[in-house]
Amino acid sequence: MKLLTHNMLSSNIKGVTNGFPLGIEAEKVIERSVDMNPDFLKNMFSKIEWKPLVEASRIMGYSDLPEDVPDSSVLDSEEFLRKFHHALLEIHLEEGALVCPQTGRKFPVNKGIPNMLLHEDEV
Amino acid sequence: MKLKQLEGLLGSLEQFSHPKIELEQYPTGAHIASRMLFSAENSFGDISNKVVADFGCGCGTLGLAAALLGAEHVIGVDVDAESLEVASTNAEDLELDMEFVQCDVRNFGGRGQFIDTVVMNPPFGTRRKGADMDFLAVALKVASQAVYSLHKTSTRDYVKRTVMRDYNASSAEVICELRYDVPKLYKFHKKKEVDIEVDLWRFVPK
Repeated sequence: MKLLTHNMLSSNIKGVTNGFPLGIEAEKVIERSVDMNPDFLKNMFSKIEWKPLVEASRIMGYSDLPEDVPDSSVLDSEEFLRKFHHALLEIHLEEGALVCPQTGRKFPVNKGIPNMLLHEDEV
Repeated sequence: MKLKQLEGLLGSLEQFSHPKIELEQYPTGAHIASRMLFSAENSFGDISNKVVADFGCGCGTLGLAAALLGAEHVIGVDVDAESLEVASTNAEDLELDMEFVQCDVRNFGGRGQFIDTVVMNPPFGTRRKGADMDFLAVALKVASQAVYSLHKTSTRDYVKRTVMRDYNASSAEVICELRYDVPKLYKFHKKKEVDIEVDLWRFVPK
């Protein structure tokens, strides 16, 4: 699971009012390089929740992103785009868990696939 | 990519080895899938450089078609672990990047405005009434640009009325009518193969 997916997913357990962002327990993290698409990154920048991305990438062992939401002028910087690209699309959570921020319920991640299935009493 | 080439690649994908009737698992044929994604891309520009989700992705046919046409990030959502395994093998075979989330689409928790386009071949609701409409309700909540979906032609008026009134759609348009070949997959199927008429819809959320 890439952090782009993590930045979208939330816990949808019944009664949970704010299921975003999910915590991460990382057991195995892998990196796979993919081509960079600057136009896509520029478009995604406005949709990304910055703090959760910084926090998630730090847990996954990558701490080169600026702590605070950068001004959109950084999008002209090739160096910034590379880091943003790497954090969003190249770091994968392969084994571990996602954690509901409100209830602490864990959603296991195996072979890169988060299992977000809910139990009967959570629907 | 040309339509024929897309159809050829999709035709090589592995499909359900033990389809589950309770989930209404029917493979999305290469013919339909290629036309669906080809028009989404070439008539509407809803695929390349976009974030695309495939709801009820099964073996991944629609999502992989989106990836082949240049979608930047593709997320397949399905409740069934076995299907996701096949889908992820299919992605590897084609050397495509596709993400998967195991989840009942009805309970999918995704931030709004994040996904551009949803593509789906939902269960038609013959086993569990209204299953296709449940999928549609969620799709129209999370998509910011468009939703492409297949529904039985016999439900056309109902689909149109419901999405406009209850699901926050600003437009609902049948792009084309297709014939869906249902091969003899399950024991209760008496005929060797039947065709059902389906509509390919494009919905735009508000």
